[in-house]
Amino acid sequence: MKIAGFLKTSRLAFVAAAFLASCANAPPEDPFERYNRAMFSLNEKLDATVAKPVAKAYVAVTPAPVRTWVGNFFGNLNDPWISLNNLLQGKPADALSDLMRFLVNSTMGIGGLLDIATEARLPKHDEDFGQTLGVWGFHDGPYVMLPFFGPRTLRDALAFPLDRTFDDSWHFVSDIATRNSLTMLQLASDRARVLGLERTLDEATLDKYRYSRDFYLQQRRFKVYDGDPPVEYENFDLDDDQTETTGETQ
Amino acid sequence: MTKELFTCCLMLASALFTGPAIASEDAAPDALVRHVSEEVLAIVRSDKAIQSGDTRRVLALVDEKVLPHFDFRRMTMLAVGKDWRSATPEQQSRLTSAFRTLLVRTYSNALTQYRNQTIDFKPLRASLDDKQVRVKTEVSQPGAQPISIDYSLEKANGSWKVFDVIVAGVSLVTNYRGSFGDEIRARGIDGLIASIEAKNKSLETAQGG
Repeated sequence: MKIAGFLKTSRLAFVAAAFLASCANAPPEDPFERYNRAMFSLNEKLDATVAKPVAKAYVAVTPAPVRTWVGNFFGNLNDPWISLNNLLQGKPADALSDLMRFLVNSTMGIGGLLDIATEARLPKHDEDFGQTLGVWGFHDGPYVMLPFFGPRTLRDALAFPLDRTFDDSWHFVSDIATRNSLTMLQLASDRARVLGLERTLDEATLDKYRYSRDFYLQQRRFKVYDGDPPVEYENFDLDDDQTETTGETQ
Repeated sequence: MTKELFTCCLMLASALFTGPAIASEDAAPDALVRHVSEEVLAIVRSDKAIQSGDTRRVLALVDEKVLPHFDFRRMTMLAVGKDWRSATPEQQSRLTSAFRTLLVRTYSNALTQYRNQTIDFKPLRASLDDKQVRVKTEVSQPGAQPISIDYSLEKANGSWKVFDVIVAGVSLVTNYRGSFGDEIRARGIDGLIASIEAKNKSLETAQGG
């Protein structure tokens, strides 16, 4: 027992040491770059061997309307968590709207299969506990690539267990077979929505990791500013002392 | 897996190439964006060949309707960043042409993924003599929250040109700055040009057209 415990601790220490060592020569904006790159390529392999084939099979056996229902169903189940986070961020009106969405879609939308709330001008919001922590003043921290689940900032990675648990309330279903089936269905549904796009990503970039990282971080910044970050465009045709950075009307 | 990223890519793709395309010189920027988006999407919706991924046809459509309304020199400058200044005019023009090809090849294909998203055009909040405006739109698809797609336009020689497309807060153009900068530091501006050109060549082989 003791030995097992010791082994466990020392393994943890080893992993931590390796992790820190990998940060030694990394650029300041991405201290975990070496680890992140390794995890990124592992995720790519997982996607190619598991997620993508599952999604393709799913598309092959389901008609498009069914896939929309499935997408709506899972979307509906995370509205309560979005509502709670809006409340925690001091936006009671949004929180109420999310709750209304959940009630309307769960009843008149036949258990969430139909998203009639959106048509009734109750738009879906994008909130999670990571953003709530941000509103509360916690900084993003460095970029971290999670195994399988993809990119996060350190702050969001810490919030992730909570987000993962409550985003999808069906994780509380006690029947294991049902729970597993739902997990697979959601994976297939999410991945199917973006089939064909990994090709665009492959084609668009010289360095896929770098492009994805910059993409993710730009997007987090956008969310921090609640969709309205300040924008500046430089004009490099002008000389140094004339350089103007022009703001723009939004 | 990086679900949001993929979704954004799709949106970004349909965004870039549903961009502007009326000929009239003094068209208001928001009217321009709206007109071109609607025209291009109508064609995509009715063209089975495009929907099944015919690269040549998409490229022809984009070339005719969309590209005249983009300022690729400005886009390339913003993607490269301050190293643009140290590039010779010849390097600048090669960079522009390589980057243009990369964008067109990459995102034209994504237009074939367009199905039943709907676009909501936001009212423009700009005074008349502004040289730069941002036209905001929102794209909705079933079962997901809408994604914002904004176009930055600049007035030059009497007509509005798009020089940036921002999808869900991510600038399609400046998002390249990091990787382009890495490449320039490692291999110089000629190295960057060579990398983009090599990438374009491999795309051409892979896609045909």
